[in-house]
Amino acid sequence: MDLFEYQGKQFFASYGMPVSPGEAVTTVHDAVAAAERLGTPVMVKAQVHTGGRGKAGGVKFAADIDAVRTHASNILGLDIRGHIVENLWIEKASDIAEEYYVSFTLDRSAKKHLGMLSAEGGVEIETVAEETPDAIAKIWVDPVDGLTEDQCRQWVLAANLNPDVTDQTVELLLKLYEAYTSGDADLVEINPLIVTPEGKVHVLDAKVTLDGNAGFRHDLAPFDATQPRDEREAAAHAKGLQYVGLEGSVGVIANGAGLAMSTVDVVNQVGGKPANFLDIGGGANADVMSGALEVINNDPDVQSIFINIFGGITRGEEVANGIIEAMNRVNIASPIVIRLDGTNADEGRALLEPHLSDRLMMAPTMLEAAREAVALAEGAAS
Amino acid sequence: MSIFVDENTKVVYQGLTGSQGRYYGMLNRDYGTQVVAGTNPKKAGTDVEGVPIFASVADAVEATGANVSCVFIPAAGVRSAVLEAAEGGVELIVVITEGVPMHDEAFFFNKLKTDYPGVRLLGPNCPGLISPGKANIGITAGHIAKEGGPVGIVSRSGTLTYQALYELKQKDIGCTTCVGIGGDPVPGTSFIDCLAAFEEDPETEAVMMIGEIGGSAEEEAAEFIAANVSKPVVAYIAGLTAPPGKKMGHAGAIVSGGKGTAQAKMDALAAAGVRIGQSPSEAGDIMDEVVAAL
Repeated sequence: MDLFEYQGKQFFASYGMPVSPGEAVTTVHDAVAAAERLGTPVMVKAQVHTGGRGKAGGVKFAADIDAVRTHASNILGLDIRGHIVENLWIEKASDIAEEYYVSFTLDRSAKKHLGMLSAEGGVEIETVAEETPDAIAKIWVDPVDGLTEDQCRQWVLAANLNPDVTDQTVELLLKLYEAYTSGDADLVEINPLIVTPEGKVHVLDAKVTLDGNAGFRHDLAPFDATQPRDEREAAAHAKGLQYVGLEGSVGVIANGAGLAMSTVDVVNQVGGKPANFLDIGGGANADVMSGALEVINNDPDVQSIFINIFGGITRGEEVANGIIEAMNRVNIASPIVIRLDGTNADEGRALLEPHLSDRLMMAPTMLEAAREAVALAEGAAS
Repeated sequence: MSIFVDENTKVVYQGLTGSQGRYYGMLNRDYGTQVVAGTNPKKAGTDVEGVPIFASVADAVEATGANVSCVFIPAAGVRSAVLEAAEGGVELIVVITEGVPMHDEAFFFNKLKTDYPGVRLLGPNCPGLISPGKANIGITAGHIAKEGGPVGIVSRSGTLTYQALYELKQKDIGCTTCVGIGGDPVPGTSFIDCLAAFEEDPETEAVMMIGEIGGSAEEEAAEFIAANVSKPVVAYIAGLTAPPGKKMGHAGAIVSGGKGTAQAKMDALAAAGVRIGQSPSEAGDIMDEVVAAL
């Protein structure tokens, strides 16, 4: 899960890293009150789960309280790459002498942690990587050995940072690696890491993604509540379903992430547009199927539903009974096309047979079922 | 022949006393797998439907000669379960459990590589592996696979693995071994490991590979195939139309920064001489042609 900048800074501060004092607010009134407590000048910063805030006008310097009021009212409600700003972070402004970049993430090919450090911070690192790849010093850290102070010193040297701040930077890098590993982060990124005119190394921005799988050893609830989701995703999440909302009109239900992905592909392949990706997991009992159908049913864009089940351990007749019972429980607005294959598929199909109508159809293959579902969706739309 | 497991494989189940471990452990035994032991430090000396429970993997290995461990322990305990299995002396550790934190995976992958180089890890978050007619370890439905050869299967996705086995069985094509490597960011066994083993296996004459979006494992496999694999390979990649930035169910299945797209993977594989199916069924049809021409 992605953290807002201010949450990322709180996360970093809990590992002893230097961040600026600030307050998170949701109204202009509170923004002004926060600035009065902090003392001007301050930065008014939009809190959204996307990059490019500065360019979009979501980060402003406020020299006095009037400027705080103006900027806060302009930024709240601003649309930054499809994200509407609802939260602001009011932070004591810092003077900047130098801007660096640093991050840790997993290198999936090397299967080791990758640290990247650059003296050219403050801009998008992708741009630096493209234009001046030599400006990024990389280090691969074996998760068993961890990161040592000596390695850090070599790394800082390789990045050509100001030699006056080597000790402070080394200390910060060790803390950042500690936050990354002990905090179970998938990504920690500071851009920029600044040096003040007084020669202090300081965290000026924070991008942190925490691993939702590590919830058993951290309290992730405060961060989970701030995850942006559309209503459909929130409803599916509450039912424990793997759901991703898409833009189309064919509702998709499949068992298994790979099969669900494949189903979305096939719907596109035959010229349709899937309304969602929904993985109901390995089984397909009536409870799970009812929940999935409810979620799809509540999506007003859905014109037809494609249920694609491959019976493995789960037998075809169990799947069929699950679908029949779910249809009795939920009043489904759109016609359904089922493709049922795998273990005991014939028995399952025989059970479905008496229930077939123009509201519930069956197709022998994934491709034919997709064509049918797409035709129904298009028929409904015209 | 088969790869990694066969009729002589003896399996200890870590978590056999739990509901999932018991359910699949017994299904595996019914299939014909030598299910020789389970572990649970609190229930040592008891049994699960006749399978003895030991306090540790080391004890189970000593008493039964188990050479493979299958892990059904909840995610929080997987890190120590894997280390216990490696320490206990098995050759292969199959982790079915999903939801293991990335940092745990990265840690035990590297720990095994350094301290237990002879131990193979499969998973986490994988369906396991089956050498049809010989051994089925994990959650694959055994009866959807036809025994024999000549096709080996390696897959990153669970249900699509079953789909592939089933497509082949419908066409009366046998499978030497089917390995589900799982969809997590740090898989213990890679496409390349399986391709290398299939290349060495005399009974495997063709390989079916099922990939999905995210990461660069398929691209790396393509490079390996071009340089090292003489047997025909047929591939299917899921997620051609997945929107960037959205995780599609598997932790690893995400297109980020324009990288890891299905199209890029298909292009890389095609350039390595791999034939690509646009759907699982089409991949099955292509494999049918390949096998007929062997």
